Amino acid sequence: MIVKQKNLKLAWMALLSLLAATFFVSLFWGRYLISPGEVGRILIDGLRGVEQDGMAASIVWGIRMPRTLLNVLVGAGLAIAGASFQGLFQNPLVSADVLGVSSGAAFGASFGILLSGINNFTTAMALVFGILSVFMTYTLSKLRGESSTLSLVLSGMIISAVFSALISLIKYVADPYDKLPAITYWLMGSFANASYSNLKLVGAPILIGIAVLLMLRWRINILSLGDEEAYSLGVNPVKIRLVIIVMATLITAACVTVTGVIGWVGLVIPHICRMIMGVDHKNLLPTSCIVGAIFMIIVDIIARTATAAEIPIGILTALVGAPFFAILFKKTKGGWQ
Amino acid sequence: MILEVKNGYFGYAKDNTILKDISFTLGEKEIMTILGQNGIGKTTILKCVTGILKWQQGQTLIDGKPIGPSRESREQVNIGYVPQAHSLSFPYTVREVVTMGRARHIGLFSVPSKNDRKMVEQAIDEVGIGYMRDKLCTQLSGGQLQLVFIARALAGEPKALILDEPESHLDFRNQFMILNLIKKLVRERGISCIINTHYPEHALRISDTTLLLGRDSYLFGRTGEIITEEKVRDYFGIDVRILPVPYINKEIKAFVVLDNLDSRQDVCSCSK
Repeated sequence: MIVKQKNLKLAWMALLSLLAATFFVSLFWGRYLISPGEVGRILIDGLRGVEQDGMAASIVWGIRMPRTLLNVLVGAGLAIAGASFQGLFQNPLVSADVLGVSSGAAFGASFGILLSGINNFTTAMALVFGILSVFMTYTLSKLRGESSTLSLVLSGMIISAVFSALISLIKYVADPYDKLPAITYWLMGSFANASYSNLKLVGAPILIGIAVLLMLRWRINILSLGDEEAYSLGVNPVKIRLVIIVMATLITAACVTVTGVIGWVGLVIPHICRMIMGVDHKNLLPTSCIVGAIFMIIVDIIARTATAAEIPIGILTALVGAPFFAILFKKTKGGWQ
Repeated sequence: MILEVKNGYFGYAKDNTILKDISFTLGEKEIMTILGQNGIGKTTILKCVTGILKWQQGQTLIDGKPIGPSRESREQVNIGYVPQAHSLSFPYTVREVVTMGRARHIGLFSVPSKNDRKMVEQAIDEVGIGYMRDKLCTQLSGGQLQLVFIARALAGEPKALILDEPESHLDFRNQFMILNLIKKLVRERGISCIINTHYPEHALRISDTTLLLGRDSYLFGRTGEIITEEKVRDYFGIDVRILPVPYINKEIKAFVVLDNLDSRQDVCSCSK
């Protein structure tokens, strides 16, 4: 199953073409079906700066393009953050929200909705509390006088538990006819609010996070050996670990901010990529980006086309991802063990 | 290079110093062995010398120059450390693990270059594990994994190699093979070597100097003068004979355990 060293380039090309193909499908497929040829024409006209009007053009450029771009960013971001954290914490079962960023951001958003409904204030609250929660986790882990991965994970669990309880409290006091459904739907995750202004808001943090993680990708191998061996190989793991945590948090917080909580992607995409490309983070991180983006586009196409009303994407990532993962797991006999 | 330790002190807890006033010198192309009971601080000495742990007092000197107290200056000292064979958190291939030995030569934001890959292949061939370079480390036996870790240390082009019980968990054929490999590396690469071991006959066989570590004292000197019947009795509490076995035109020393001197003492006094 694992791609051989000499076929790596071929595998990259295949994955990138698959990404381009799903991206294109996402532009013409939907409740309002536009023929692929017309989408092609609209795209070319748009890029050449030709004035366009009509339903199809505004759907492609105004609705589907920003939404698909956001799919790519969020899918790639969540997957690479998950892969980095799994390497960092030497545990293939952690995901990007292990340090509490998701529950922190979810609390911020719920609180924002409770106070003023869904608007920019809510988005800002989600971002602030997401980053605050990881900051709290990091400070708490330092209380023991060391910054080991174990104390980090434990602190993350503590902070997550507190924020989860606070979310329940907010749901309990929220108006059950108006605010409560809004909070509940937001927590399930959705790309329905995707827009260019959203893209502008989170594009930079996600892209910066991805770029830094990609640059550090080989170093994550060393960190995955544990602190003692990293020191013995001449690498100080403490600073690099902090940089990776900050970048993965930035990505996750930005994703949660615009789309709500989308679970499962950060956990399962890196696993699938290990089965394809092996465990070397040098290849794993870029692969996770591409596969995460492909996965997110496909799942979002299903979310907006399967039924008349849109299905929250957090539900679908698990419903689509889990069986897919189960099949792969069986085929590779546990794969990477 | 010449590696010196001067008056090193270390303890994991504040009131419990396990290493007191340790001093020794490792000359160029020399092999030094460290012997002592379980839990007495053998691995701790190695970790202090490599800079994984920090001497509380005293210092390590390289060619007469002390290594500074900061992490950074300790990182620059190129000493290869070979830990005891242990399982890895992810199933990396042998080649990937050996490549990690290049870490100190690869920039923070870089990936291994062509030259790095060349050094890795060289280290793999030198240790003789070329046939399993694409295997996953999770599929290897303890002895094979030990060789992989040695290759990883060599890939970093170290000036000295420090091995923590490299021959434990191995059958005696593989033990012999590891010892021969170490001798070959010292000869061909001109590096110095410190080895922790539980086998006095291995020390007698390959090392120039020996550090015999006890609970409150230690001995350091030429191996032949340190590993004697009286000293082993003092430090391990067992009665032994060291017998010469003639082989071709040299003598190999055999080490025979006769009896436990102190029957009240447990066979394994593992507690710290």
